[in-house]
Amino acid sequence: MLIVIIPAVAGIVAQLFSLPTLALGAAVLTRMESAVSWSFIIGLTVSSLDLLAGVPLAWLIVRRRGNWATVLDSLADIPFVVPTVALGFSILEFWSSPDGIAQLFGSNSLVPPGVILIMLLHFAFSFPVIVRVMVGEFLNYRETYEVAARTLGASTFTAVRTVTLPILRTGLLAAFLLALARSLSETGATIVVAGAFENGTVFISNARNAGQTSAVVLASLILILSSLVVFGVIKVVAPRIRVAPLRVWPDFERKLSKSSVVTVRNIASVAIFMAFVLFPCLFIALPAIMAVASGTATEAIAGAGPWKAFWSSMLLSYVIAVLATVVNIVSGLPMAILIARNRFGTGITKIVDALVDLPIIVPSLALGVSLSFFWKNMGSLPEFWVIVLAHTTITYSYFVRAMTASIQEVQPELEDAAKTLGAQPLRVFRKITLPLTKYALLSGAILVFTRSVDETGATSAVSKTLKTAPILLVSWIKGTVSVTSPERALGVGFLVATSFLALVVLRLIAIRQPSRKVG
Amino acid sequence: MPQLRFVNVTKRFGKVLALDRISLDVNDGEYLCILGPTGSGKTTLLKLMAGLLTPDEGTIQSNDRRVNEVGVQDRNAVYVPQHYALFPHLTVLQNVAFGPLARGKPASLALEIASETLDLVRLSSRAQALPKELSGGMQQRVALARGLASGAKLLLLDEPLSAIDARLRLDLRHKIRDIVKQSGLTAVHVTHDQEEAMSVGDEIMILKNGRIQDFGPPQRVYRKPAGIFVAHLFGGASFFEGIVEHTVGETALIGVRGLTIQAPSRMLTLTSTVILGLRKERVRISADQPRGMDNVFRGEIRSVRFLGNSREYLVRLSNGDTIASRNFVENEAAFKVGDEVSISFRESDVMVFEYPAQGLLKELEVG
Amino acid sequence: MPKLDIIGVSKTYGSIQALTDISLHIEDKEYVCVIGPSGCGKSTLIRCISGIEQPSGGEILIDGQSVKRTLMEDRQIGYVFQDIALFPHLTVRDNLAYGLAVRRAPSNEMRTVTNEMLDLINMRDRSNSFPRELSGGAQQKVAVGRAIATGARLFMLDEPLGALDAIVRAELRYELRKLASDLGLTVIHVTHDQEEALSIADRVVIMKSGRIVEVGKPSEIYHVPNTLFTANFVGEANLLEGEILTIDANLCTVDVAGHEVKVYSFGKRIGQKVIAFIRPESVLLTPPTEDGWRGRVKQVTFLGSLNRYVIEVDGMEIISEVSTADYSTGFAVGERVSLFLNEATMVLFDYPEEGLEKEVGLE
Repeated sequence: MLIVIIPAVAGIVAQLFSLPTLALGAAVLTRMESAVSWSFIIGLTVSSLDLLAGVPLAWLIVRRRGNWATVLDSLADIPFVVPTVALGFSILEFWSSPDGIAQLFGSNSLVPPGVILIMLLHFAFSFPVIVRVMVGEFLNYRETYEVAARTLGASTFTAVRTVTLPILRTGLLAAFLLALARSLSETGATIVVAGAFENGTVFISNARNAGQTSAVVLASLILILSSLVVFGVIKVVAPRIRVAPLRVWPDFERKLSKSSVVTVRNIASVAIFMAFVLFPCLFIALPAIMAVASGTATEAIAGAGPWKAFWSSMLLSYVIAVLATVVNIVSGLPMAILIARNRFGTGITKIVDALVDLPIIVPSLALGVSLSFFWKNMGSLPEFWVIVLAHTTITYSYFVRAMTASIQEVQPELEDAAKTLGAQPLRVFRKITLPLTKYALLSGAILVFTRSVDETGATSAVSKTLKTAPILLVSWIKGTVSVTSPERALGVGFLVATSFLALVVLRLIAIRQPSRKVG
Repeated sequence: MPQLRFVNVTKRFGKVLALDRISLDVNDGEYLCILGPTGSGKTTLLKLMAGLLTPDEGTIQSNDRRVNEVGVQDRNAVYVPQHYALFPHLTVLQNVAFGPLARGKPASLALEIASETLDLVRLSSRAQALPKELSGGMQQRVALARGLASGAKLLLLDEPLSAIDARLRLDLRHKIRDIVKQSGLTAVHVTHDQEEAMSVGDEIMILKNGRIQDFGPPQRVYRKPAGIFVAHLFGGASFFEGIVEHTVGETALIGVRGLTIQAPSRMLTLTSTVILGLRKERVRISADQPRGMDNVFRGEIRSVRFLGNSREYLVRLSNGDTIASRNFVENEAAFKVGDEVSISFRESDVMVFEYPAQGLLKELEVG
Repeated sequence: MPKLDIIGVSKTYGSIQALTDISLHIEDKEYVCVIGPSGCGKSTLIRCISGIEQPSGGEILIDGQSVKRTLMEDRQIGYVFQDIALFPHLTVRDNLAYGLAVRRAPSNEMRTVTNEMLDLINMRDRSNSFPRELSGGAQQKVAVGRAIATGARLFMLDEPLGALDAIVRAELRYELRKLASDLGLTVIHVTHDQEEALSIADRVVIMKSGRIVEVGKPSEIYHVPNTLFTANFVGEANLLEGEILTIDANLCTVDVAGHEVKVYSFGKRIGQKVIAFIRPESVLLTPPTEDGWRGRVKQVTFLGSLNRYVIEVDGMEIISEVSTADYSTGFAVGERVSLFLNEATMVLFDYPEEGLEKEVGLE
């Protein structure tokens, strides 16, 4: 655990201390201010829109049991698993290029690269976060509350608005914050669609390429601190917001509950999802398939030209991902157990809990900067290992969170019973806890793996010579390495294909998960 | 030699005092029932016995050896939680074999023990089933079998019947006791149902707010409860506030708002306030004045409750107080609301208690 | 004045038949308890009545009007849940007022009614507490008050006392009954506790495996049950196997393990195998005498107000309950006794085709 958290924290602290030594021009400072503020404006706007669009869809998935719902559920996961670089490219092609949706409107480009395109991108990849979290919340929610409200005379809309959503407000908040974190963090894809515009991460990336280290350090520091502040404030203030006294418009809300209105709403949810999330994400499939057809594929597999570098990057990405996964399991599992079973005592557990969340809150690019600071000062560690550690740090939180939740669901009584039956702690873990959480372990591992393959932010900050696959692809897309269109499309396609494999395995695991409750 | 002994055991959770200086003995082969309302500390007490919790103060001894620090696995006591905690991913047979396996027995022997125990609880036919396929009553028996198979000498049952339908409880509670006795084990059975405690316990312990209110065989605790709360929780009674007006030898005359009740005197001081308690079945009801009873009053029936094997009458006496009478004689014509009747009971039926510091209502509060 | 008519209602979940052909008429202001073992369909029935579920077949009429097209929020049926379901984010006061708030009642009406409810359940001083700060019994009272506040006259109670301690249950059930009487409510109260049902119901409905087995007043179903299942379910019962020897104007002489009992029973034949039913409290025990059935005490259970004896008699086991008020000492295990059966209270049943276990089985 310590390997993971300490460098991050220490790096940030070291950065703080280096403040006085930084030298920056006024123009750069104004650019930086504007970039960082834009990061937050984009993040907050997009997360709110995602919440508004995602909750109805999550509702639909949970309440409308049956085949359609399961299909929707799987589709909603797609943007989650597709690497963000691919997403960025797909969105770029969909909205901006002449081959995209612009065709339907008879123009060259519907949404040129810039802030709007960034928002469309962030909306798309934060959407599944909201849906996932809210689907989980709705599934765990005791429907009795809503039924009770309706037996008291409330229409469905009123019941949901006045009872279900307030009760689920912690879940809504968590979803919002996760979406926000993702938006603030994202680097690779944002660079692809930003054009000349700069948000925080684009600024830092540009500054890095231009060799302006002071700007890089300062900007990342500001990004980190402001993230911590924003999250801190929201986490503290939001739960204390008093639920407003009940104001109901019975006739109006009754009309909203009518099945015709509900159908319209459902269709709208699905339509928005398709138009702004699914199609833009899948658009990349077309050029990729065309590229295969055109024969580029054979070249690719042969490893000719740029493909040589591509395959070695892919190999690098996978090796790093595997290592990151292993380190995560080894260091994250014990931590999850300790947190889940409150072994530290309530006070310390809360602190540890918050610390574990750090890598999620802090934008990965900025985190990468901190980490390189730390390892630079610690003497020379091979770049490869620094990247592995960076990936481990980024994904640590996700893994520990998922495992903690899963372990907490295993009723303590089961472990108590096992202990009194004479089982030593190791046996309790092996025979009881592990079998009941192994599916979470598996899904957690796969999520870590895909997130690592996906990672651009911290990697770009930390790597100097080694290029992981997404980083390579960014250079292909932006043209810093010149490749043909079909080659670009195919490269992205290969990356997506592997992630799809992971998604399929995840789904299979989820279906086979046994129920954990008895009676 | 007591199998388990608590000496002044105290347990706190933060600022909350869950158990306050508990001292008790559980003897070898005994079936102890702990009765108390929710929040009285019953589960905490059980977990201390199992070793899942350690006391903040006091000593726990097993066969005269201090075991405060002894780990759960080595306590030779098995804890059966309220909802059984059957391992959902293991079959019934695997669940039952878990204990012997954990204690190091070879697999073949463990399975043999498990099969035998399943036979004992008559569930051999469901050996390969998963817990979720079984009904509540069957799950209960599996939990019991699992505890028995572990070879532990002490069985700790946390509200074993609370999740079972009322009618099924009547059958199961005897079965549990029979199996425990047959296997020669010691059991501590926690419940909030006083009839259950009464019918299966060799000894009863009444717990309220972390303190022992009474301890003894069911008959004694029923006939001579140590306090108002015990009388109320364990059997139920009608209570009256009165003032000691007169004492003559072994008898005292208590004034209860105008009526005079003859009660046994045990060092009662004149003019002190006392609480009188009367068990419902000891209060006789008749149309005419009975003869040979120490206490006879006229009253009017305010309500009638049919309880199957008996009827309970609430009778308003001339002083405004209400007394309950439980009548088992079924071929007597039932009384109706509004009937004028005679209420009578013997002096020896009257229970006399000290006036409680916090008042009667507070004392009777169950939560 | 809510009268309830349930006509031929059935409910299927996939291949599971939860309710089959349920028909029942409930009068205005009646308090009806529905009892039965777990899984008998009693909760499904009231969920169908209140609109939470839709029946697969049959009709439900409230005051003569079919409610098939009425949504649950418009049926005006109060519902109390087994797991209480108070809104955790609202105070007691806001919970009570919820039903009024959702129909935009004027604020002075809301205030008046809410205060009335707080007084009714005696919780004025806890009006600003949150549900998690209250005991189980208190929470349930708030849940009941919340339903009453909407002005509903028809109530469905789904095991309302199931989550509470035994002693709280025993007290609260009478409070519940009194509330219903005082307010003139029509109530269907589902429970698995027969004693609860017997003590407060005007009529009791017994269900098993999705069907109604029997309906009747508490004393009727207890003393003269129509089926063996009822006989065994509604309290403890002695079910003795016997054979009819003679019949004289409906007075049957039955051979029970070599002893003769005389019981009035209709529609029986000579030589027919029957089950003779008698309640434990109708079996009298005395020290051994000339008359009576000779037996030996196998088990004694102390139950406070009475002792429960299991007596071994000629290969049978007979349960007897004796009030502790009558005898200062009881009988001990192994002691010899004489039994006297109160034949006037006995009922004869045809011997069940599928065997006794299956007929009365609860699991």
